[in-house]
Amino acid sequence: MSAMSAKTTTAEPVLEIRDLSVDYGYGDDPTHVLRNVSLTLNRGEVLGLAGESGCGKSTLAYAATRLLAPPGIITSGEVLLTGRDGRRADLLGLTDGQLRSTRWQDVAIVFQGAMSSLNPVYRVGRQLVDGILAHRKGMPRVQAEERAAELLSMVGIPADRLRSYPHQLSGGMRQRVMIAMALALEPQVLIMDEPTTALDVVMQRQILEQVMELRDRLGFSVIFITHDVSLLVEVADRIAIMYAGEIVEQAAAGDVYRRPRHPYSHGLLGSFPPLHGPRRELSGIPGSPPDLRRLAPGCPFAARCPHVMDVCRTDRPVLGPTAFASTGPGVATAAEDGRLVACHLHAQGSGPVPKALAR
Amino acid sequence: MATTTTLSTGEVTPPPEVRAAALTPRSVLASLRRFARTPRVGQRQRKPQRLLFLRNTKALTGLGILVFFALLAVVGPWVAPYDPNQVSPDLLQAPSLAHWLGTDHTGRDIMSQIIVGTRGVMIVGLVAGVSATVVGVLVGVTAGFVGGVGDETLSALSNVFLVIPQLPLIIIIAAQLPSAGGMTVALVIGATGWAWGARVLRAQTLSLRKRDFVEAARANGERTWRLVLAEVLPNLSAVIASGFVGTVTFAVLSQVTLSFIGITPVSEWNWGTILFWAQNNMALQRGAWWWFVPAGACIALLGMALALVNFGIDEFVNPRLRSTGLHARSLRRRGIRPRVGFTPVAREGRP
Repeated sequence: MSAMSAKTTTAEPVLEIRDLSVDYGYGDDPTHVLRNVSLTLNRGEVLGLAGESGCGKSTLAYAATRLLAPPGIITSGEVLLTGRDGRRADLLGLTDGQLRSTRWQDVAIVFQGAMSSLNPVYRVGRQLVDGILAHRKGMPRVQAEERAAELLSMVGIPADRLRSYPHQLSGGMRQRVMIAMALALEPQVLIMDEPTTALDVVMQRQILEQVMELRDRLGFSVIFITHDVSLLVEVADRIAIMYAGEIVEQAAAGDVYRRPRHPYSHGLLGSFPPLHGPRRELSGIPGSPPDLRRLAPGCPFAARCPHVMDVCRTDRPVLGPTAFASTGPGVATAAEDGRLVACHLHAQGSGPVPKALAR
Repeated sequence: MATTTTLSTGEVTPPPEVRAAALTPRSVLASLRRFARTPRVGQRQRKPQRLLFLRNTKALTGLGILVFFALLAVVGPWVAPYDPNQVSPDLLQAPSLAHWLGTDHTGRDIMSQIIVGTRGVMIVGLVAGVSATVVGVLVGVTAGFVGGVGDETLSALSNVFLVIPQLPLIIIIAAQLPSAGGMTVALVIGATGWAWGARVLRAQTLSLRKRDFVEAARANGERTWRLVLAEVLPNLSAVIASGFVGTVTFAVLSQVTLSFIGITPVSEWNWGTILFWAQNNMALQRGAWWWFVPAGACIALLGMALALVNFGIDEFVNPRLRSTGLHARSLRRRGIRPRVGFTPVAREGRP
């Protein structure tokens, strides 16, 4: 799947998150759940966000769209959305009205529990039509209904299902309806927050293949959040690995999979069986993520890292080029230049990178 | 809240590390305390989260007013400057140093009447509120939880009580009894005013009963009474509290109304009695504002206090709203308005 999906990516950024910080709690001692996270989503790209539970994947997506529920608060940063006309707007600076019209139209979300996002008392068709009409003022109802039917068949549901109530559909179908709904206004960015976690593997695959096919056809960008890294490697163009509210590694999907540069990515990849290649022992990562309320200085992964050094306990590493980039100390390879990693092992003059991270 | 069921084998084996060190329970406790006290790296000491409710400005204001009236209700007869029934030659005097809130048509001190009358108002409110709430919770939660015939019966009962007009009923009862004082009013309101609360509680219980956390607790083998008391009831506390506050307000207003129209004995002082005398002696036409304004203000103030407490309870019982409620003032100062769907942005730099 990744082979055919990598084609449409261009380097034009559509959603640019810069320095985003999020706190939970309004008191004088809030929990800093996201700390200066920067992330760029290019047009037509599928960007995967991976990491353990509670490391800030969903928080990042919801903060970027300002959907974070109280007591969440955004304390710094910008989220620049490039419109279809090429104009850039900071989502964090929009008025309520502007934000509301941006939603769904430019940025659509498929929620974690998307199956219960449908209102049980209305027919599926009406819910689709309502959404379309809310954003397309003056569109005749008949036309909106036609569009709804078209959307349903796009996600592989017969159009006569418009007359069904949500309870008459299976979980997979409801999920498809939600995806159809998210695509109704042809958004530029589709955020999918563990959209298939509640579904079985077969359904998961079908739905994702459909989304990727639609992406190729319609050209939207996807932020795909999941803790299933093997799934991500297959569907995403680029992967950002998050840990304790920070992005620790960012690279093309295949590169992360084959040549992880951060010890955490390496550990994460060692926690699930490879689909191809020789069998190997699953290692997992000892310990658990740190408590964000009492984060020690230094690298948040230091306590669990097999390659920990003295500097890791005192200085927080920042996201930068790997040791193998053309500017780095290691043996330069051309493919390394787009990669980012937040690890002291890759800093200038920190000695040779451990073998496992230097493949 | 699902508590894990422990397979009790009669003997509790300590975890290996505790056994190995052969520590006494006391020394374990002491080391735990020491550990709790040692500040960990990068951690600022958190304030103990006690009396959270009192850190809410709204609730604190409301409680302050309530406590003030409650104190007045207790010590009223001793602190009142005059006997409220004492007639004097100062007829219909405007407020002065001798009579802070003036006098009525027979020279009785109005401030004393208000102070002494507080007790009647507060007792009626409290008795009616407590009795109606207790009955409402019992009937409503039971109906919602048991379902079936029990639910049908209790629902029918509350529907019957729902259509009983309270004020006319009190008037009729008051007419039958030789002396229908505040207690009668309170008990009648308590006996008839529980139905709305019961209805709301039943609906809420019905929805809570099906939630996963209750099902999980049931699957873990919790007893029914524990399911009701520990799982369901805490989730109802906001509804119960608002029902209580509503009933108290209604009871106070009913009593004031009954006294005002002269149903209850006029010799028994409460704020309504003052209004009764003011109305009967044309205070408004004579321009004697001091006769009815203070009593009216007291009624409004009491109602406001109850509403404020209710707001405070709302914010307090929902753990999600707690942070918002506790920091309402600093949020206002920083210009932050927490809302669902529009996360506030406050770029003010990290401390």
